[in-house]
Amino acid sequence: MMEWTNAIVQGILLGGLYALFAAGLSLIFGVMRLVNIAHGDLIVLAAYFGLTTTVLLGVHPFVALLFVVPVMAGLGYVLQRGLLNKTLGDDILPPLLVTFGLSVIIQNALLEGYTADPQKLNGGAIETASLQVGGLALGVLPLLTFGIAVAVIALLQWVFYATSLGRGFRAVSDNQDIAQIMGFNKSHIFGLAMALALAVTAIAGILLGMRTSFDPSVGGGRLIFGFEAVIIGGLGNLWGTLAGGVILGVAQTIGAKIDPGWQLLAGHIAFLVVLAVRPNGLFPRIDH
Amino acid sequence: MAIKTNRRKLLGGLAATAAAPAILSATRAYAQTPTLRVGHVSPRTGPLAGFAEADDYILEGIQAAFSGGIENNGKSYNIEIISKDSQSNPNRAAEVAADLILGDEVDIIVAASTPDTVNPVADQAEINEVPCVTTDCPWQPYFFGRNGVPGEGFQSTYHFFFGIEDWIAATLDMWSKADMGTQVAGLFPNDADGNAFGDPERGLPPAMAAAGYTVTDPGRYQPLSDDFSNQIAAFKEAGCTIVTGNMIPPDFATFWAQAAQQGFNPKIVTIGKALLFPSVIEGLGDRGNGLTTEVWWSPHHPYTSSLTGTSSRDLAEGYTAASGRPWTQPIGFKHALFEVVADVVARAEDLDDPAAIVAAISSTNLNTMVGPVNWDNGPINNVTKTPLVGGQWQRQGDGFELQIVGNASAPEIPITADLQLLN
Repeated sequence: MMEWTNAIVQGILLGGLYALFAAGLSLIFGVMRLVNIAHGDLIVLAAYFGLTTTVLLGVHPFVALLFVVPVMAGLGYVLQRGLLNKTLGDDILPPLLVTFGLSVIIQNALLEGYTADPQKLNGGAIETASLQVGGLALGVLPLLTFGIAVAVIALLQWVFYATSLGRGFRAVSDNQDIAQIMGFNKSHIFGLAMALALAVTAIAGILLGMRTSFDPSVGGGRLIFGFEAVIIGGLGNLWGTLAGGVILGVAQTIGAKIDPGWQLLAGHIAFLVVLAVRPNGLFPRIDH
Repeated sequence: MAIKTNRRKLLGGLAATAAAPAILSATRAYAQTPTLRVGHVSPRTGPLAGFAEADDYILEGIQAAFSGGIENNGKSYNIEIISKDSQSNPNRAAEVAADLILGDEVDIIVAASTPDTVNPVADQAEINEVPCVTTDCPWQPYFFGRNGVPGEGFQSTYHFFFGIEDWIAATLDMWSKADMGTQVAGLFPNDADGNAFGDPERGLPPAMAAAGYTVTDPGRYQPLSDDFSNQIAAFKEAGCTIVTGNMIPPDFATFWAQAAQQGFNPKIVTIGKALLFPSVIEGLGDRGNGLTTEVWWSPHHPYTSSLTGTSSRDLAEGYTAASGRPWTQPIGFKHALFEVVADVVARAEDLDDPAAIVAAISSTNLNTMVGPVNWDNGPINNVTKTPLVGGQWQRQGDGFELQIVGNASAPEIPITADLQLLN
């Protein structure tokens, strides 16, 4: 019984990481219906920015967030206004293709700049520390990751529903043309949405880099979990994305409890079941 | 502008015309130094790029050694090396190999670095009957991965490296150095190497059982897993004090951090593949100290190049001086690959006949940078083995150094440090 409890608890904590992978995707899709294939590579890019900061300044990865978050946010704004806005339109294919190309470019630029060496962010003692709770050992870093995921999603939710920026997001999400008529600058709002999404990506990248090692090619593998969490939770629903991440994480650890070969498969099966039963996810906000 | 013609220019022009046949015959004489083309496939980019990071340094040295040409039957041959990138993708490796064979019409093709590069290149060479030499991939995935039949083997393709049996021997040798218990935790991913290492009949578990160890193998996990808590719980339950397996670096980093969080503290960790490169160990920080792995080549190996006379230490230090990066194990093998090529080119009876080149490869008996290469001594057709020892990453100053801690199967390679237990 204890083992099953452990599997479930570890799965919930893992879900926090997946929710962070997914939150940026969910936000972008919710605001501008953009499917960002380069999302996984942007997470890895953020991890590399974190690496550069920690190595150059000799600071802890969490301190590096102070630098990496604004840099990624700025990059997001420039990327959206300079490139992605030009691809948005009635056709869903051009942004898909452009972000796919972006993914290839980021991977190879990282390979040129940082070589293929696996790298890791050194978080120090926090990486291996754990708390004993009722016979279970809970890693401090996974707990912190989960806490940050909840905080990030709560913050995004607040931005969305309690600020004028969020009103802009919701307005362009509902109807771009009418929002324009009402005086919203669509391009600017899209730029801000991407900036916010990449700020979250920066957090995800730093936490990923402390949890495991990364190299320029691992981004794609991370993308799929993000997508699955978004779709399980329901498109455009941020709390749903957290729920999706947790369901994915728990499905994986329970699968692994039965047989380690089932770990990733169980996650994919949970995703397929949700897709088959509730094609819009468990808590959809957006109807097509 | 008017063209002025004067007598002197006209005569000069005439003289040049008269001399032309002499120049033409001179070029023809130049063409009599024929060029032999060597195709080289290597994962320059992508996840396997670490294996090829020393390519430029090695190829530069090899090209300098080849600059005077190679003598064959009293005739000098220029050697042209055409190198192509597999992008760490087996399909792409097959594509560039076919390109080298059919487009560039190479006379010999070589490849190195993992089954994903070696197997597709060797398969293309076999179909097109082009002589092929490969290395840097355990021989079982090379031979059985290409559906080799023991006793028959292959026509044109030859391979040198170690095998899983050598890995097991080197590992057991290290474990015999101190009392560390007999309960072994096995971590094998569901990929070519993981399935070969974890095979219940030909892999680690039966060999370790025969040596008195009990292996706890929870089953094949998918590479790039984010959670190992179930495996760790099983290992704790079984009272494991030893961890072994074959992993990729991200999976090992995830596992090793979680092991600490969950209070799983083995006495020794011997993992294939993940712990080869110094950058991985650096990334693990203090937790990288004391991890053990296989060593196929190091600056401590007492071998020299048959081509340049360079020692292992000089090759490694030369790379560090040229690139500012620490030495890695593939460097020696990449150099040895071209040593074999040079030797084969010098000995082949007829370089225009692929069959004669293949015959020269199969009769190789050469002491290279990585040890003796002689296909008569192979464990199976078309395969020969180079020595393998056990190594441990030990802190030295700011960084880590891979020390040789066990050499039972190759006593000529000196032990450089005593094995230290993790706790």
